[in-house]
Amino acid sequence: MSEEKRLDRRGFLARGFAAASTVLLGGCEELSDRDWVKRVLESGETLTRVTQEALLSPETLAREYSEADLSPDFKANGSTNPDDPAYVAHAKNGFADWKLSVGGLVETPLELSLAELRAMPSRTQITRHDCVEGWSCIGKWKGVRLSALLDRARLKAGARYLVFHCADALGSTGTEADKYYESIGLADAFHEQTILAYEMNGETLPIPHGAPLRLRVERQLGYKMAKYVMRIEAVDSLAGIRGGRGGFWEDLGYEWYAGI
Amino acid sequence: MHKGEVIYRHSATVRITHWVNALVLLVLLMSGLQIFNAHPALYLGEDSDFRNPVMAMGAVEEGETMKGVTTIFGYAIPTTGVFGLSGDADSGYDSRGFPWWSTLPGYRNLAMGRRWHFFFAWLFLMNGLAYLAWSFASGHLRRDLAPSRKELGHIGASIREHARLKFPKGEEAKRYNVLQKLAYLAVALLLLPLMLLTGLAMSPGMDAAFPVLLDMFGGRQSARTIHFVSATAIVLFFVVHLVMVLISGVWNNLRSMITGRYVIEPAEGKS
Repeated sequence: MSEEKRLDRRGFLARGFAAASTVLLGGCEELSDRDWVKRVLESGETLTRVTQEALLSPETLAREYSEADLSPDFKANGSTNPDDPAYVAHAKNGFADWKLSVGGLVETPLELSLAELRAMPSRTQITRHDCVEGWSCIGKWKGVRLSALLDRARLKAGARYLVFHCADALGSTGTEADKYYESIGLADAFHEQTILAYEMNGETLPIPHGAPLRLRVERQLGYKMAKYVMRIEAVDSLAGIRGGRGGFWEDLGYEWYAGI
Repeated sequence: MHKGEVIYRHSATVRITHWVNALVLLVLLMSGLQIFNAHPALYLGEDSDFRNPVMAMGAVEEGETMKGVTTIFGYAIPTTGVFGLSGDADSGYDSRGFPWWSTLPGYRNLAMGRRWHFFFAWLFLMNGLAYLAWSFASGHLRRDLAPSRKELGHIGASIREHARLKFPKGEEAKRYNVLQKLAYLAVALLLLPLMLLTGLAMSPGMDAAFPVLLDMFGGRQSARTIHFVSATAIVLFFVVHLVMVLISGVWNNLRSMITGRYVIEPAEGKS
């Protein structure tokens, strides 16, 4: 092989590496903003969801812990004190006149006070709360089983999702579009550990953790577990609601299926 | 002109999975640092003891200025400009774990970091399974990577040769030496599978399906810490790997991992 050819090949390789590193460092940044890249990357979410749904039976429970495992300092994330006037008024009153409404695609719309919710079938569980940011805290939750609520309201045939409308606002537009909301599918809705908690660590659920009612969906990440739940709506599709992706964080690009 | 014997060193499977893995690991590392930056602290056990992290990066106020501090087992190390507090000319210093140039995307976006990470985690899994399945089936693991008793007995000599930057020639160069074998085995059979398992142990869905993941690593936060340490070990392997590739005949090495062909230099004393 002649010296010239060797140099050429080296030059080619060197240019190749320089180009590759530029594409990688600068390119990934730019790629992140392209719609088709987002769509390709999102296909990973579908694969993850389908795989985990196949691995998880409806009976599979998230691990439950003992009293000794409780975190002494359970972090309150997101909203910790909603400023919605109606909510503030209810909070002052200890939520005595507050009612949860259950509507949408149900045979019997419900309006239930905290006392009525406390009288329904409950479940107590000590579980680990995993935040999408990476930290975990262990807490004890007592609440009404969502399945008990749904048995009473009776879902209509077309209902596929439950949407949780909340009192707190995380956005900054100053409109209803700032309000927190979340949604889950029916498999999670009827899961044994899916409850609307009104107690945490043996006491009335405190405001920073979502009083009067907080959703617990133990096989998914913390952002699915909406705090300050005011209204539950059964729907056949998430497309028409707000950003159409099924939740406040989902509309900002987070996965709807938060099992990972 | 005698240039030495040309052998076919790396099979197509090894070459393709090697480069796919290299790209995939780079994306996983950078998107992983983006995810880490959402809560730049590590803990042991199931939950986060916020007051006693094993390691934490952050910014603290010191008089008029901010300083980046990394705390490891309670020891605070000033790391302004790299860890805890860093930035670029445009936006100035900003409190963040790892600097912008090491994360994907460079700007703060946990959602995008997660999308990159989990998509490439699937590629990592498929590529890794393809490599391992082929390696077992073809005998690559047994033939090329498993060190013999004799080789293990000469490990001291091999370390001495490497320290003097003397690399095998002739017949000896046709095989991986014992240090290479051990390093590649450790990465392929220990570190990379460990990355996958500790990654899965952080998933609440996978923990419900396989609670043994939590027991294997001593809890979710321990798994997250091991994930980080193991990633660091892979970066260190990469640095050593790169240095070795560079000083033991960079073009010959690169060509062999691209075309498969590798030139054996004649052993000394022979022609």
